Amino acid sequence: MAMKTSSAKFKDRVDEGIHNDFMRLAVSSAQERLHGRRLTAVDELGSWEDWRSLGEEIRQHVLSNLDFYLHQLAENVSKRGGHVFFAETAEEASGYIKDVIVKKKAKKVVKSKSMVTEEINLNATLEAVGLDVVETDLGEYILQVDDHDPPSHIVAPALHKNKEQIRDVFKEKLAYTKTENPEELTAHVRGILRKDFLSADVGITGCNFAIAETGSIGLVTNEGNADLVTALPKTQITVMGMERLVPTFDEFEVLVSLLTRSAVGQRLTSYITALTGPRDEGDVDGPEEFHLVIVDNGRSSILGTEFQSVLQCIRCAACINVCPVYRQVGGHSYGSIYPGPIGAVLSPLLGGYDDFKELPYASTLCAACTDACPVKIPLHDLLRKHREVIVEKEKMVPFSEKMAMKAFGIGAASPMLYKFGSKMAPSAMSPFKTGDIISKGPGPLKTWTESREFPAPSKESFRDWFKNRETGGKPS
Amino acid sequence: MKVTLFATCLVDLFQSNVGKATVELLERLGCEIDFPESQICCGQPAYNSGYTKESKEAMKKMIQTFEDAEYIVTPSGSCAAMFKEYPVLFKGDAEWETKAAALAAKTYELTQFIVNVLKVTDVGATFEGKATYHTSCHMTRLLKVKEAPAILLSHVKGLEMTPLPDAQNCCGFGGTFSVKMGDISGQMVEEKVCNIEDTGADFLIGGDAGCLMNIGGRIQRKGQPIKVLHIAEVLNSI
Repeated sequence: MAMKTSSAKFKDRVDEGIHNDFMRLAVSSAQERLHGRRLTAVDELGSWEDWRSLGEEIRQHVLSNLDFYLHQLAENVSKRGGHVFFAETAEEASGYIKDVIVKKKAKKVVKSKSMVTEEINLNATLEAVGLDVVETDLGEYILQVDDHDPPSHIVAPALHKNKEQIRDVFKEKLAYTKTENPEELTAHVRGILRKDFLSADVGITGCNFAIAETGSIGLVTNEGNADLVTALPKTQITVMGMERLVPTFDEFEVLVSLLTRSAVGQRLTSYITALTGPRDEGDVDGPEEFHLVIVDNGRSSILGTEFQSVLQCIRCAACINVCPVYRQVGGHSYGSIYPGPIGAVLSPLLGGYDDFKELPYASTLCAACTDACPVKIPLHDLLRKHREVIVEKEKMVPFSEKMAMKAFGIGAASPMLYKFGSKMAPSAMSPFKTGDIISKGPGPLKTWTESREFPAPSKESFRDWFKNRETGGKPS
Repeated sequence: MKVTLFATCLVDLFQSNVGKATVELLERLGCEIDFPESQICCGQPAYNSGYTKESKEAMKKMIQTFEDAEYIVTPSGSCAAMFKEYPVLFKGDAEWETKAAALAAKTYELTQFIVNVLKVTDVGATFEGKATYHTSCHMTRLLKVKEAPAILLSHVKGLEMTPLPDAQNCCGFGGTFSVKMGDISGQMVEEKVCNIEDTGADFLIGGDAGCLMNIGGRIQRKGQPIKVLHIAEVLNSI
């Protein structure tokens, strides 16, 4: 799956989202569960603001010295016998991986969860040459089985489905015969996946954080599937976004703690694994061959811009879990593998404004995302900055909006004009009002009044009241 | 104490009652109110829509308007937060950056001013009824005013406050968002209003005219008897 997950129009995707009651109930209950758990996990740690500052500092330090740490990481991976490939584009990355696998004459590939492999459209590239690619994260597996349904969340990709829907998918595709009980559903998949793990030739993982000093790959999961993906197949390929690294294990520890608490409200996940290169002499398991693919795909052009802080992201989805817009429309409405506030900032940067220009507007700028972010990315401000770019550089806004804002600029800077306008407002609006309310608004007010009343302007403005009062006129 | 009132454009045009209540309340607390007529709008609608250049014209006008003020008080967390943001916007423009910083330093949201500057926690108000409070996003998250409204309301005689479920979620106003993404905004305000209904409160109190216009509009459309009030109106009830 590439970045873009839908060719439907944004408005149509939203319309589908807000009319999908199943999805909305699943999303709102997940948000509430995760919100509560995150707050508990954060409280428990104590001094959360200090931890956030530390997280921000680590990420900013890495971004400021990215060339140094990438070089160090590559050197250390090579020293341990691994192969490192820097891919400038998505095509280069997935092409390299395909070539490695084809050369191995492999048939089956098992994968652990990875957003960057979605971003580079890896599965489609591998399937096109006849490879059997199996997702082993339960959520990703469900979506894969369900005819490649796109993910709707970066941590819980199948969040939009409830257990009954999953049962039905399994019945149709996997000859499943039991109930919607989550343990039964999971046990069924476990039985299937065990065989896949044992028969796979290549294992592919993402990377939560690479550790530059040791050339290690840090993986965080709750299912343990990444450990099987990396322990059993003879060849391991790890794909990482070029910014996903830390200097040493000290910083790894801090970021993992921020990640697990923010993502799922856990102190730690069930499995936290650091792998260093291929199998050493005397090791009982691990791959014989190891490849690290470091993906740029637009990231380096974000460096040094006003959007650089988005590269601090550790993909925890805390912003998604608190977003009141995501809550109403669900992940698919964003039309990107990266939904929610982080997706609305990242997608136009990595995928271009043509496909994602509406996303920065899908926010009230309420700043819940900024508040929740464990590495202090000013998400709401980056959304606003996107709007600035769309207006000033991309020039993608409707003419009527541009004219209205130009008028605002002139009117709001001129007391005379404002006064004239505000005096005219009550009579200008009077054809539309009933009593003190407007139920069918003209122009841009139409969408407002579809779901709520709009107030008619006060008969006497505040400033007139104040003036009358000061000059001894009769207060109303 | 001399207070210069920034009424905000929404209050001036649509909710003059809130402005009146703010004036009377502050006067009762011993303040002398000044209202410079050249004030218009903080510029937020244009700024948040990406029209930074256009918004700066409005902002410069506001900086000039309030240049001589000692304390600027506004019955809006959102507009106060916008004033506080001015220095960032004028960064690099030496003359205006200094002026913007001066403006930001003396700007207070109404309840913040009463609690932190006037050092008053009981304004002597009496208001009979059961109410719930909408914590507006910009007031709590951008301006970081979280306690002051609750402190003041807790001292209002006769007022029973009941907590609002999912209070942290935005009501869906978001300025131009409410018309640009009217369908999503409508869903958000519906959820907010359902939560308000569930509290069994007769009154919904808030500190930002934008949110109140949004929530109030939905309550009216549904024909609910819940009355929407700005906190200034409650604190001004004696």
